[in-house]
Amino acid sequence: MARMKFLCDAERCIECNGCVTACKQENDIPWGVNRRRVVTINDGVPGERSISVACMHCSDAPCMAVCPVDCFYRTDDGIVLHDKDLCIGCGYCFYACPFGAPQFPQAGAFGVRGKMDKCTFCAGGPEANNSEAEFKKYGRNRLAEGKLPACAEMCATKALIAGEANVLANIYRERVSVRGSGGEIWGWATAYGLPGAEKKPQQAPAGGPKS
Amino acid sequence: MRRRGVAGIIIAAGAGAALLGLAACGERPQVVDYKQGTYQGKPDTPAWNEKPWNGNRQEWSVAIDTRAQNQNEYKRTR
Repeated sequence: MARMKFLCDAERCIECNGCVTACKQENDIPWGVNRRRVVTINDGVPGERSISVACMHCSDAPCMAVCPVDCFYRTDDGIVLHDKDLCIGCGYCFYACPFGAPQFPQAGAFGVRGKMDKCTFCAGGPEANNSEAEFKKYGRNRLAEGKLPACAEMCATKALIAGEANVLANIYRERVSVRGSGGEIWGWATAYGLPGAEKKPQQAPAGGPKS
Repeated sequence: MRRRGVAGIIIAAGAGAALLGLAACGERPQVVDYKQGTYQGKPDTPAWNEKPWNGNRQEWSVAIDTRAQNQNEYKRTR
């Protein structure tokens, strides 16, 4: 089963916010809602790093678990989507999400909270593909057009990449091997190592064959 | 008689203290175990149902993976 994922390479992200703009423009996102944002750590000091964050389409999504009206579903590609007609805007998903992905439009007075809005991996929602209703509620369905999310495709430095998890892992593995650093970090072999690649070559037993 | 009464109070107090002390042994795990609900909304149509794939998921998947390779500049510039 395919698993669609985002991967942000912190070595490459230059905090240009091109991904944020691309997302806003592509999906006609209202003012005050940021499906994607760029987070900078150690801003202004040596070692500063930026990373683009949106819904990570978790394999075991906490938003799905806490939703009281069960409006979330996972597509066959592992994309976590929700039905806005069912959402009651309670905000539980916002508290559960470790990435702050769910957004709530503050359209009315007194901080009225609208229905939840989040990154759809440019896969629309539960409406007819590429219909006007789908665009109005969820934004553009680029996957149905054979395209990848706009944020990743617009990324100038290719820090943010999107697609099938195995393809992304191969791209990232090649990058790290070319630049010669990053592969030594803890967990590298688990996340990006090829199956069996970390096995040491078998050595001949010392002392020769026993007679 | 009086000694017996005092001993009884001491035993009762000891038993009470032991009960209080052991009460902590019955602590329940405090990690919430969420149960996934069942989706209640409208059904969605998969992306590969659209033209030009017309339901052929394999072809759509190949097209998406090929497009994903455009993000690999080592492949693009070779």
